[in-house]
Amino acid sequence: MPSINKPIATHPSLQKNELGLTIRDYEGGMSTLCAGCGHDSITAAIVRALWELSITPHMVAKLSGIGCSSKTPAYFVNGAHGFNSAHGRMPPIATGANAANHDLIYVGISGDGDSLSIGLGHMCHAIRRNVRMVYVIENNGVYGLTKGQFSASADVGSKSKKGEANNMAPIDPVMLGLSIGATFVARSFSGDKEQLVPILKAAVAHRGFAIVDVISPCVTFNDHSGSTKSYLYTRQHELKATETDFVAPASEILAHIGQNGAVNVAMHDGSVIRFKGVPRDYDPTNREKVVAYLEEHQGNGEVVTGLLYVDEKAPNIHEMNDTCDVPLTRVPFEKLCPGAETLARLQEDYR
Amino acid sequence: MRTRVNDFAIKLANVNGTGSASANGLLMQAIFRMGIPVSGKNLFPSNIQGLPTWYEIRVNHKGYTARALDYDLMVAMNSQTYGKDIREVREGGYLLYDSTWPLDPALMQVRDDVNFLGVPFAQLCNESFREPRERILMKNIAYAGTLVAILNVDIDVVTALLDQKYAAKKALRESNHRALRLGYDYAKDHFECPLPFHLETMDANSDKILIDGNTATALGCVYAGATVAAWYPITPSTGALDAFKMFCEEYRHDKETGKKNYMIIQAEDELAAIGMVIGASWMGARAFTSTAGPGISLMNELLGLAYYAEIPAVVIDVQRVGPSTGMPTRTQQGDVMECAYASHGDTKHICLYPANPNEAFHFAPKAFDLAERFQTPVFLLTDLDIGMNDWVVPRLTWDDSYQPDRGRVLNAEDLAKIPKFQRFTNEDENYIAARTLPGVDPKGSFFTRGSGHNKYGGYTETPDEYREVMDRLLLKHKAAAKFAPEPVIIRRPDPQFGVITLGGCDLAVREALDLLAERGVVADFMRVRAFPFHDDVEAFLAEHDFCFVVEQNRDAQLRSLLTLETGVAKEKLRSILKYGGFPLSATHVINGILGSLGVPDPQAQELAPTAAGAEQQMEE
Repeated sequence: MPSINKPIATHPSLQKNELGLTIRDYEGGMSTLCAGCGHDSITAAIVRALWELSITPHMVAKLSGIGCSSKTPAYFVNGAHGFNSAHGRMPPIATGANAANHDLIYVGISGDGDSLSIGLGHMCHAIRRNVRMVYVIENNGVYGLTKGQFSASADVGSKSKKGEANNMAPIDPVMLGLSIGATFVARSFSGDKEQLVPILKAAVAHRGFAIVDVISPCVTFNDHSGSTKSYLYTRQHELKATETDFVAPASEILAHIGQNGAVNVAMHDGSVIRFKGVPRDYDPTNREKVVAYLEEHQGNGEVVTGLLYVDEKAPNIHEMNDTCDVPLTRVPFEKLCPGAETLARLQEDYR
Repeated sequence: MRTRVNDFAIKLANVNGTGSASANGLLMQAIFRMGIPVSGKNLFPSNIQGLPTWYEIRVNHKGYTARALDYDLMVAMNSQTYGKDIREVREGGYLLYDSTWPLDPALMQVRDDVNFLGVPFAQLCNESFREPRERILMKNIAYAGTLVAILNVDIDVVTALLDQKYAAKKALRESNHRALRLGYDYAKDHFECPLPFHLETMDANSDKILIDGNTATALGCVYAGATVAAWYPITPSTGALDAFKMFCEEYRHDKETGKKNYMIIQAEDELAAIGMVIGASWMGARAFTSTAGPGISLMNELLGLAYYAEIPAVVIDVQRVGPSTGMPTRTQQGDVMECAYASHGDTKHICLYPANPNEAFHFAPKAFDLAERFQTPVFLLTDLDIGMNDWVVPRLTWDDSYQPDRGRVLNAEDLAKIPKFQRFTNEDENYIAARTLPGVDPKGSFFTRGSGHNKYGGYTETPDEYREVMDRLLLKHKAAAKFAPEPVIIRRPDPQFGVITLGGCDLAVREALDLLAERGVVADFMRVRAFPFHDDVEAFLAEHDFCFVVEQNRDAQLRSLLTLETGVAKEKLRSILKYGGFPLSATHVINGILGSLGVPDPQAQELAPTAAGAEQQMEE
């Protein structure tokens, strides 16, 4: 865990990934979040997912806005390029970065204040553009750094630490994403690394924008009785809609297929998301069915988790643009500048 | 009236959305092709259809093509504005109107010193064309035909332009030719052609082009190697992105694969547009956005981030009238202060002030070079007049030996030579620390942040560490002065004072100083082209007892910037301000200077008899 100091030397028995790196090589600086913060668990899941995928650390761009969640890119993959930007503005910055260089793996970390209030519009448009990135919302229903105000994801009736009830309807990033054409939608729980790690791995493999909404209780301001984003409430109300395995490109699919039937979704890079268990009539590639399922169960107060929806066919931002294969940052200047002769010629149209 | 060749101004009063723009543009282009210095100013409303709109054409054989305020001929095609338009005609001038309907006799009495030329344009077009829409559109070409006759426009040039424009549209070509003849023949039959003021072919334009500033700026961005453009539609800058797209479609598709080596993103708002530019620039692409004042207001937040995190960004600001929505289709230089200090906290930016489309083209690569060299936002400030009007400017030139200045960027080889990369250490003589680009080398990874940081790039809340970085940023900004375009200075022997201006005021101010010099009021001229100010700016201020500062905003923003950022005493700078939304005229400058000097000047009156009143009318 990145929230404790560790010795610089690593134990020789530590397992290595395909790049010969240990999980320690994917860790970051010491967390300055509160002890027990759900965000630190998510950080740990990200570290594990990227390590297991053998991602080259310096080919990761980790970005965030402002808030408790947005501090966390400093706590994972020290060898990555980081960008802690401005409140709510991470999606456009990630969009521009991705436009310029599509060779990197983009991991955006946001929170419910960052994504569902000040940056709501930006997130929606990044979804529409299908920017290839992992977009984690560390969702705790509360503003931590400013000490306990409700966020836009707070449920109706959920009580603040001071006992005040929220009356306004929440913005649910999962339903929102599905309504505006999101191509990868997942919800998880910071307390469930088993579920979260494969979802994150699948999100990295996804060809477009992957929303991963993670319920991440705030131990200081929103973990009391009456809160619908507490550890206890989430554990009591969680409904795991799907169970997924992420199968890397070269691997053989060996795992046992659950009795609820399995759905395999082939990713563009050759990897496979294997849905081991999905409810009857649930199809993670059918938007209408997913929405109907969510409406039914969330209406009952259940917190539906799992990799809920995948559309691996929709083109991403570069496919829509028909951008050249080389990242724009590496197109030589000679190809970009039409030159003096062309300039002389084209000016005949301005005579 | 004595004969005047190639020295007059006409104004065309139209209804917005009726197709007059193409007729007016046709005339302007024909005059340009006749080799005569000419300018066209479109004074249009923020409206799609129905409101009054005006177009002014000034020709001047000496090359004075700033806006004129006195019109030899008013082409009054909008009956709603007859009353206003007639007052703006110069004494002894002409008014051309559609005589299908009789002119109100009361109007004619308002100006018994004006000659009225009536042509039944609507009637002629109704007889000659069947479709209602065509009748409206062709009326414009018909009045153009009349102007060709009465102003002695070379009709071969005009017909050649029509042939060229409608080369692929036979029916439209024929309609246009027919309409042109309607107006032309009627004038030849009914009036003494040409009028005393008219055109004669010259040869002043062989090395010139006719181009608007938005197109030229966009072309400059293409030549600079910009690959990512993010923007949000806004008047008057939209044309810049439209042109960028057009040029990219022509010149930026990979020859082998046909794929795009650029990306244009229409953002959800200006906050996002600048964010995308910053993200792309962080990765090492040349990225820009194009906007107007309201967009800059929204971008303030992230401009501070780019400044503090030292990330390049190029922002084109086609200024319009503020504050708030202001007057979106009117011109102003109202963003000088906003751009210089955009964002909260202590921030200072590099700003470039081109005077015309040619300079806008050349300043675009300069803006990218400065942004990458100094790792900071750079503003290219044009305005609606420069951006949206067609200007006659010298042909654009390009030096094929140009290589983009990418600034101090460490590659893998450079990184191998140093023990550790620390983002804001090891600055050069210009206080610039080397940066790395993501994805290039593991050793170059670092954490970019808008929060307080020390010179190593690490988070800090320690006063000394914070200050150390901020102090270097200030020195870095100052150091940019010698890399930015120096001011244009024109000296005269024994000057009585200096006159300072910027951007699109250039032509009007230079014309004014020529005219003033002819009558013994002698002044040096300086056009500031960049902030931070070059040493020559400070020297010019020091060598004159006092200076006028001519600019198009209410609050004397350039004057403020000069007093804040140079050693000049405030009392030494006198303002001449024109900010009603229409381009500056030499008359404004002459009247301003003479008025301030307390010189009673009958000649100024003679120079522009109805000018001051006319402008007031228009602007109120």
